[in-house]
Amino acid sequence: MKIRHKVLIVDDEPHIRKLIQVALSRADYATVEAENAREALEMLQNERPDISLLDLGLPDRDGLELVPLFKQQSDTTLIIVSARDATDQKVTALDLGADDYLTKPFDTEELLARVRVALRNRMTKDGGMALVRAGDVEIDLLARTVLKAGKEVHLTPKEYAVLVQLAKFPGRVITHEQIMAHVWPNEREHHVEYLRVLVRTLRQKLETDPQRPRIIGNELGIGYRLRFNVEGETEEFAPSDA
Amino acid sequence: MNDPDRRDPEAFLRQAAQEGRGRLKIFLGAAPGVGKTYEMLTDGMQRRKAGIDVVVGVVETHGRKETEALLVGHEIIPRRSIDHMGHRLGEMDIDAILERRPALVLVDELAHTNATGSRHPKRYQDVEELLDAGIDVYSTVNIQHVESLNDVVASFTRVRVRETVPDSILEMAEIEVVDIPPDELIERLKDGKVYIPQEATRALGHFFSKSNLTALREMALRRAAQAVDAQMLDYVRAHALAGSFAAGERILVAISEVPSAQGLVRAAKRLADALKAPWAAVHIETQRSLAFTAQEREQLADTMALASRLGATTATISAPSVVEGLRHYLGDARATQIVIGKSTRSWWFELRHGSVVDKLVREVGDVAIHVLPGDDPGRGPRSLAQMVGQGWGQPIDYVWSTLMIMGMTALGRLLIEIIDLGNIALLYLIPVMFAAASFGLRAGLFSGLLSSLAYNFFFLPPTGTLTVNNPENVISILVLLGVAIVTSQFAARVRAQADLAQSSARQNAALAGFSRQLTASASQEELMQTICAEVSRLLSVRTVLLLPSRDGPELRAAFPPEDRLEQIERAAAQWAMDNEQPAGRGSSTLTASDWLFHPLRTTRGVLGVLGLAREDAGAPLRSDQIPLLMSLLDQASIAFDRMALEEEMLDARQIRERDRLRSALLSSVSHDLRTPLTTIISAMHELKRQHPSELVDTVDAEAQRLNRFVANLLDMARVEAGALPLKVEPTDLFDAVAGAVHDTRKSLIGHEVKVDILPDIPLVRVDPTLLHHCLINLLDNAGRYGDPGTPVIVRGRRLPDAITLSVLDEGPGIPSGAESRVFDTFTRLEGSDRVKHGTGLGLAIVKGFAEAMGLSVSATNNPDPFGACFTIIIPHALIITELPHEDII
Repeated sequence: MKIRHKVLIVDDEPHIRKLIQVALSRADYATVEAENAREALEMLQNERPDISLLDLGLPDRDGLELVPLFKQQSDTTLIIVSARDATDQKVTALDLGADDYLTKPFDTEELLARVRVALRNRMTKDGGMALVRAGDVEIDLLARTVLKAGKEVHLTPKEYAVLVQLAKFPGRVITHEQIMAHVWPNEREHHVEYLRVLVRTLRQKLETDPQRPRIIGNELGIGYRLRFNVEGETEEFAPSDA
Repeated sequence: MNDPDRRDPEAFLRQAAQEGRGRLKIFLGAAPGVGKTYEMLTDGMQRRKAGIDVVVGVVETHGRKETEALLVGHEIIPRRSIDHMGHRLGEMDIDAILERRPALVLVDELAHTNATGSRHPKRYQDVEELLDAGIDVYSTVNIQHVESLNDVVASFTRVRVRETVPDSILEMAEIEVVDIPPDELIERLKDGKVYIPQEATRALGHFFSKSNLTALREMALRRAAQAVDAQMLDYVRAHALAGSFAAGERILVAISEVPSAQGLVRAAKRLADALKAPWAAVHIETQRSLAFTAQEREQLADTMALASRLGATTATISAPSVVEGLRHYLGDARATQIVIGKSTRSWWFELRHGSVVDKLVREVGDVAIHVLPGDDPGRGPRSLAQMVGQGWGQPIDYVWSTLMIMGMTALGRLLIEIIDLGNIALLYLIPVMFAAASFGLRAGLFSGLLSSLAYNFFFLPPTGTLTVNNPENVISILVLLGVAIVTSQFAARVRAQADLAQSSARQNAALAGFSRQLTASASQEELMQTICAEVSRLLSVRTVLLLPSRDGPELRAAFPPEDRLEQIERAAAQWAMDNEQPAGRGSSTLTASDWLFHPLRTTRGVLGVLGLAREDAGAPLRSDQIPLLMSLLDQASIAFDRMALEEEMLDARQIRERDRLRSALLSSVSHDLRTPLTTIISAMHELKRQHPSELVDTVDAEAQRLNRFVANLLDMARVEAGALPLKVEPTDLFDAVAGAVHDTRKSLIGHEVKVDILPDIPLVRVDPTLLHHCLINLLDNAGRYGDPGTPVIVRGRRLPDAITLSVLDEGPGIPSGAESRVFDTFTRLEGSDRVKHGTGLGLAIVKGFAEAMGLSVSATNNPDPFGACFTIIIPHALIITELPHEDII
């Protein structure tokens, strides 16, 4: 018998909770719900959910305060669900340890995709995936090679470093700051423009049509996301709805 | 009279008169609102409790609760109502009071003017009658209503009250000063505890300043002290107690037909008060008086009436000359001091007829003479013509000329042996030229004439006579005169120019002073007051300033203070306003008005009119004063413009505040709409998966549209709230375009989106979210208006100093001429099939967001293939041109 993954839904809007619950049930996830921060923390202890979907606008507490608490008190994978114009909040939440985010209003398919990605990353967290496929690009993290349509692509060390950061958690958004901290660990001040230049050269080497990037997706004002293949298919979801 | 033991009969009589009369007590205040009425009622109540028969004759409560409360327990004599032009006015019923015969009656506001049809025109006359009937009266009055202080108060408060009480009333009263500190009064004013008549509110800002109140308070206290002094003196004199008082001082004021004579009268009154001396005003009628104009006569009568009102004995004496008449009257009146105005006549006039002052000094021995400055109509810049014409100069000039000629004659006599007779004549040219150049034409001619006479007399044979026996010598004389004329003409012209330069310098100084004064004004009210006061000072005229209002021209400022204008003057002011032309006396329109009105033109049209008039009702302006007036008006207009600009800025701030509130409301409404919409849309997606149907698709599509609309409203609210919070970061336009194309894929179904951006296009510093919104709105617009099946092109180009990002469609394009309007809020272009569903906000948002980031937008039509082309222009400053070092990447 398959073990159903448990998802905690934290939102003060009952209709949203209901909607998420319906979508997740369809995909055979178990769900628990909380309508405020107090309940959420209780559920976190009692139900030990694999995934938590957290709305930042809670009535009793600032959602951002919950992010570190969630990470400290459990090993749940935390996905932020928030309104579209809260870019800063999203970045803060991600830098505080949240694993991904989803913008309202969302397509339930997108929601399920995020949950799938989160679960995959959860399962491979310790060992990590050795081989990541995105489109016709193959990234071998052990051999440190990158193939495009079967041919090896030569990357500079910095380009490779960026790609590794994205490939470590394929499908998940990685903030600019998180990438830059690894690529330029010795720089005290980070320059997004350097990262942009690197991503552009990376895309020129990896993307079939660099004008319409499909492999390295941009998240407006937040970071990048590697769109990878799951069972031979590329996950297609919005770069952003922000 | 110098005998200290002698009782002063006048004082005795005053005392005796007091015996049978009622006593008057006046509660004197420095300003409205100090609590006089309150004090009077409280005092009255105490008397009533002490068993005295007290009634209230009239008390104005002005609806104030505290005052009304004090009336409780008092017996109030009902007012008599008087019909006045359809209004029923309640006046004190003096007959009822006389019939009731109380011991004490309380009568508020002593300075009050009774309605037409009352027994006396003034309330103080009612009070006098009550006093005569033996009834005691308590009354109230403010210091500015005291006749002799009226113009002093007006001079610094700029408020002239027309209702005055003669000083003689105060002199017979016991005075109690009702005093509160100015700060407290201002506080009371702010709290609305001071009753202000409707028509007076405009002047109040100025009147109730701390400095004014302090001065008024001081005046009130001084006046009260003076009354006490006077009463004490009366007592002393009547009972012949004291040995020493300033006995015998008598003051005489000489008045003429000029308006400034009123100032003399008031000065004399103050002097008389200070010396506790009786005083008299006298006008000396001479031959000259026959030539007085009607206005001058009227002015003289007014001045006499004023003197009489202020307590002077008045007299008109006929005499051959002013000095003669004065000398006579001085003796009769036994005056010890005389007040006269400074003569305004020319020295020439005085030379011929003698100066009044000089003669007085000479002819009357033991009299102190106070000479006060008079009105000088000759003040102010003079015209060139006047200056050339005024060639008489000083007598000393002629003395010098004569001396020089005498010197030259002496020199000639010495040289007669050496030089030719004809050359002697040349010597005389020196003094003639000098006199003409230095002293003017007349002195020059005088010298020429004198020289020729001297030459003739001393040198031309036969010497010692004025006979000329050689015709050649006649020429010499004529030459001397000719030289005098020519030289003096030149010199006069030079001097006239110098004078002109001096006068224009004076004028400039006046203008500079004027503009400085105007700059110092903080409010429009103050500015108007300053304009009036300064123009009045500079041009020696009375001034009023009127602004247009719904009920015609409204008097807003005046100097000296003025409350009313006649109908004809209002008409002239209105005409000047409407026609932007001067009107009234001295202009070509409505000349019957005593006032001349000049429009105040500002950049926004005619703001109002400035009225000018002379005290003597003569022509308000001399023709040579017009340029100065024009300059002053220009300065005033500039000051008004500046003031208006400041006020507009204030308005703009208020509008912004209103917009902010509106945006806050809009944003909150939008949020409330969005929350359920969010749920609906997400639920729709789920519903589509589970029960796909066309109906669900329809609902989904409409919900999406609604969502977009609400999102746009929200964005517009953010734009209009101003100060969009920007989060600028280095942005790759490829990312921006790719994201926008992805998000608008549904609106672009049926269009192929071609991204045509140069591969090495630099990064730019923008807010990626705002740029994203700009792009999705432009793409959405292209999807809507582009013909089905046609491609939509996103083009990025590098210009020398900018980057352009354009969205091109193939469709009907933008109607010509509407290119600049398409970005306006709620503009959907009519007259073409561009009227398609949409909010009309999209492009406005593009513009708002772009401009917030420092970008600009443009809309044009692309000729081939035809269609609209919307372009976002990213200026050079926002382009990142410096690429990182290779070792960094």
